[in-house]
Amino acid sequence: MSEINLKRIDEYRWMIPPVGGMKVPGIIYSSEELIRQMGPDESPQQVANVAHLPGITKYSLAMPDMHWGYGFPIGGVAAFSMEEGVVSPGGVGYDINCGCRLMTTRLSLADIQDFLKELVGALFMDIPSGVGSKGALKLSEREEKKVLEDGAKWAVQHGYGTPDDLEATEDRGRMVGADPEKVSKRAMERGKEQLGTLGSGNHFLEIEVVEQVFDKSVAAAFGLEKDQIAVLIHSGSRGLGYQICDDYLARMVKHIGELGIPLPDRQLACAYLNSDPGRDYLSAMACAANYAWANRQVLMHRTREIFARVLHRGPREIGVRLLYDVCHNIAKIEQFPVGEKQVKLCVHRKGATRAFPPGHSSLPARYAKVGQPVLIPGDMGTGSYVLVGTEKAFKDTFGSTCHGAGRVMSRHKATKASSGRSIAKEMAAKGIIVMAGGKGTLREEMPEAYKNLDQVVHVVHEAGISTKVAKLRSLGCIKG
Amino acid sequence: MKYRVFDHTADLGVEIYGKTVKELFVNAAFAVFDLMVDLQHIKTTEVRTICIEGADWEDLLINYLREVLYLFNGEALILGEYAIKEISPNRLAGEVRGESFESGRHRIKTEIKAVTYHQVLVRKAAAGWIGRVVFDV
Repeated sequence: MSEINLKRIDEYRWMIPPVGGMKVPGIIYSSEELIRQMGPDESPQQVANVAHLPGITKYSLAMPDMHWGYGFPIGGVAAFSMEEGVVSPGGVGYDINCGCRLMTTRLSLADIQDFLKELVGALFMDIPSGVGSKGALKLSEREEKKVLEDGAKWAVQHGYGTPDDLEATEDRGRMVGADPEKVSKRAMERGKEQLGTLGSGNHFLEIEVVEQVFDKSVAAAFGLEKDQIAVLIHSGSRGLGYQICDDYLARMVKHIGELGIPLPDRQLACAYLNSDPGRDYLSAMACAANYAWANRQVLMHRTREIFARVLHRGPREIGVRLLYDVCHNIAKIEQFPVGEKQVKLCVHRKGATRAFPPGHSSLPARYAKVGQPVLIPGDMGTGSYVLVGTEKAFKDTFGSTCHGAGRVMSRHKATKASSGRSIAKEMAAKGIIVMAGGKGTLREEMPEAYKNLDQVVHVVHEAGISTKVAKLRSLGCIKG
Repeated sequence: MKYRVFDHTADLGVEIYGKTVKELFVNAAFAVFDLMVDLQHIKTTEVRTICIEGADWEDLLINYLREVLYLFNGEALILGEYAIKEISPNRLAGEVRGESFESGRHRIKTEIKAVTYHQVLVRKAAAGWIGRVVFDV
């Protein structure tokens, strides 16, 4: 990050002043400690690179979990003018609508303590996970197209969940503008057998307990209380989303070459929002977003069934209820104040979460008074946070906040550093049951490979772009 | 040495070597599968023809690796042989051979999910060719 000049604005913000081809400044939300830990990471350079893109509005942002991605940094947020701006598949990421879903239950720790091992085992056996995992669902082409158009609604219509689940999903689990005709045969092929599968790598399903409540009134509105059992699902659009990103990256690299727009990194390839490739990508991306919502909906339904079976209790008694589902890899057309005016912008969140304030029209009625729930997963040993969106985020960060702990160690380095250790045993010693399919997964995903979640959340809380509601601790986790 | 891994926080980067540009491309395809599975005893019963285009060497390399990776992701093939019949900065024609992936028999070491353009490089060095690719894992 040789020439990057980080200028401190205040306690939790650093600015990269615009130089060369940068159209706007870069702003990084972080802390002294997190900046120091970053070391040779090239993500500030990537924040600056994003600032080169046509039509970028106000600034190129990065959240405190920022780390080196390709093209855009992970933890990056950028908004583009609908008239002069672009959409970039690399600014959304390969796993389109990778996201989190948090379900609360009526159970307390005492209710499941004796069943925990059996529960984790049953989840691991019955929820397909790992490389290329296929689900019990096999979709015909016609049915797959319906999934792409209707998202989580398709799942609920087919018996995987309730209408109440849709209420608590960002965009009600269905992004408008999805057009399956803009999705390639290859992407369709990859999607037909993967609905209802967790995937591999950092995707997981975790049983958690509410350890601490910071904001009692918001927690009550979210239906959260101390010692309550909850389940967090982190998954995305599987191979279908990857293929869509890949297909459109190739198309846009070619397109941008023809237009002659100079880019600091080809992975930033993009197309004007009001061009055919731009519109086609948004339509295909919406298909992948819908597939991801349907996927998490099916995964949630399976979890409900497994809990009922293992605990020998009725679904009502267990009371698995969706608190919220958020995406953290997405581009969305949203309206924000810019100067005196309200302006429609295409907001890219790559490893960032929407954090809308109380009163926003897109919120479910039950959260209208408190704001949007923000779900922040941590690494295996840490559990997760529930935060709430704020007016400040709406004003300063296009309604966005962090999405997780963020890596500090590459997978390769983590594997080396954990040589000779049994991560599963270390987790067990902390009282966390972990089951993973891939042999290397646990080592690649070991807790030290990530930034300290408390520090990341502290920054967004203090900066006021989302505030702490509750902290949850891991009890058991399944990974691909 | 056909390739070496370098560190990238979120992903996996490789530097690839070849005496000729053709060998560089073959070694890059080898790297993709060598990182993912144990390539000993891979049968070559399945054959696929590959014909791709690119704007320059870098674009061609990414498109070539994308194509071989799709054969894993989309068709569940583990490839062990990579032949290139014709190569120029804008076009590559060749053939790959391998067998179907079976989760009982093949163990995935690292799943490569995508080939990125990030910091891609192909250049002629003093003693051959060097390439650099970052994979999404």
